[in-house]
Amino acid sequence: MIAQLTPIADWLVVVPVVLGLMGGALLLVLRSRLRLQQWLCLVVLLAIFGSDAALLQRVLAEGPIAMTMGRWLPPFGITFVADVLGAGFAMAAAFVAIVVLAYLQMDTPETARRDGIYPLVLLLVAGVSGAFLTGDIFNLYVWFEVILISTFGLMALAGNPLQIDGVVKYGLLNFLATSLFLLALGLLYGLLGTLNMADIMGKAQGADSTALVAIAALLTLAFATKAAAFPVNAWLPASYHTPPAGIAALIAGLLTKVGAYALIRILPFMLPGARAVLEPALVALAAITMVLGPLGAIAETKARRIFGFILIGGIGVIISGIAMPSIAAVSGAVLYVVHAILTITALYLIAGLIERSGGQLAESWRRTLLSALLLAMLLSAAGIPPFFGFWPKLLLLQGLLDDGRILHDVNVDWRALILVGAILINAFLTLIAGARLWIRLFWKEPASVASEQPRLGLGLGATAFLSCTIIGVGLWPNGLVAAAQLAAMDLLDPAVYVHAVGLGP
Amino acid sequence: MIETAFAALVGLFIFVAVYLIQSRALIRILLGIAVLGNAINLLIFTAGRLTRAAPPIIARGETMPAGPVANPLPQALILTAIVIGFALFAFLIVLAFRAYQSLDADHTDRMRLSEPPGEPRPPLDY
Repeated sequence: MIAQLTPIADWLVVVPVVLGLMGGALLLVLRSRLRLQQWLCLVVLLAIFGSDAALLQRVLAEGPIAMTMGRWLPPFGITFVADVLGAGFAMAAAFVAIVVLAYLQMDTPETARRDGIYPLVLLLVAGVSGAFLTGDIFNLYVWFEVILISTFGLMALAGNPLQIDGVVKYGLLNFLATSLFLLALGLLYGLLGTLNMADIMGKAQGADSTALVAIAALLTLAFATKAAAFPVNAWLPASYHTPPAGIAALIAGLLTKVGAYALIRILPFMLPGARAVLEPALVALAAITMVLGPLGAIAETKARRIFGFILIGGIGVIISGIAMPSIAAVSGAVLYVVHAILTITALYLIAGLIERSGGQLAESWRRTLLSALLLAMLLSAAGIPPFFGFWPKLLLLQGLLDDGRILHDVNVDWRALILVGAILINAFLTLIAGARLWIRLFWKEPASVASEQPRLGLGLGATAFLSCTIIGVGLWPNGLVAAAQLAAMDLLDPAVYVHAVGLGP
Repeated sequence: MIETAFAALVGLFIFVAVYLIQSRALIRILLGIAVLGNAINLLIFTAGRLTRAAPPIIARGETMPAGPVANPLPQALILTAIVIGFALFAFLIVLAFRAYQSLDADHTDRMRLSEPPGEPRPPLDY
């Protein structure tokens, strides 16, 4: 039990969220001074990134750190916990937000600037960081709603009819998903009488398992909708291609990953017993999403919609690691989330650059660079070595094939076999969809070259920087793989986490 | 006993909400979501157990309430959920109105701007 105050150094846990919320409020006050706004936004994002990095470094060295608010002892006060999983994801999200901010300098409608794009970006980053760092499941719901509100604003900002249509579909289905999440929370509270994740873990062991399975299924439905897994993915292809490219990239990079994070946090970690019962359903969910996502991409003709379907396929890959968790499989899923945050953002930024040039860039170094970046990112999304996307898939395959799961004794484990097949098919289909897009865009002479070439400047620079980072971590993945394995070990053996919150021995 | 009645009421609310959400008129879907929000609030209230106990006020100088008191947490949870739900609902209503103005449609079958029917199929050759 914690009786003394949290040491000042541990307040670092809430710094990313506080910076985001206070920065957003400050920018709203300065809403008439647009140039100052964008520089302040950059400063705040850099500070958030720095505090996330410091947090990750401490967590890697010392294990999870926790802070409980308002001088209430742990199961009662709202707890913030940073473990490798949460701090790592928060850091990746802040990094992507900085890159997108640089891109937005090139490509933001003036009305969107005036209507407050920068405060909304900070609010989104605060919401995402809060979701990754909270240790209280009702608080997780609140951060989901913060994310929802800021993305509503971001998606509708320039306000043309196409965007309105997209945001109606996005808004209704996501609001429904968070309502279902809240419904499941109410039932969970009624059953266990607690909302603290570490406390739920302990109390769930003695509770009515049938009711817990029903609650876990409801939570899975809600988070699968947020993550856009197959039967409940309809909102994503309808909305992600409507806002300006930079905003779409930020939303596509961060949003569905928060849903995937919640699935990782709830199923193998918080309610492992219920996950075991739900395993066949999760396997089906993962396999179908992995195959149908890239099939949708093959049936599309527009770059951003193709990337939307590739994103959906990736969500299936993440769920496959949750469906049959072992250290290797869960670390694969964790690493895949980091990979998806970076790569999907890069893909949408590249799509924005191509749209801006009307697909009519003249033969020049810029066209060559753009084609090379797109090819590298598509290969990374498909999981071709030596790109980043290969390593999480390798870990997943290792996790599913090892552990004697495929051939223990004489019985073939069909579930693991299905998942292995689906991961390979997913890579193959993603490669087909991506290669065809690349060939049609870059492997032939442009039909007509626009007389005036667009200015790409900072946008191209930011995209190239992000892509080179992805290629770099793909070539030297050891640090990230080790961190992902550490995160997976903490997830599957939560004793350290529970102790850090102050509830365990 | 009273909890059973409340549970049945929650079920009725959710029944109504699901029926409304299945409609194709945007405004009915929104009404369905509003009813669903109220159903969930009622559910959280019931999940906190309904008692006739005293209000949860701790006397000055004490650290614990004297006798059994009502559970204050569901009220805090519901208040949070009401505020958030109300804000989002207000936004969605304005959005639906904007959609009605700019798309001239409040029927989901006619809101096809982001996914227009009859788009060209992807080419089969290279």
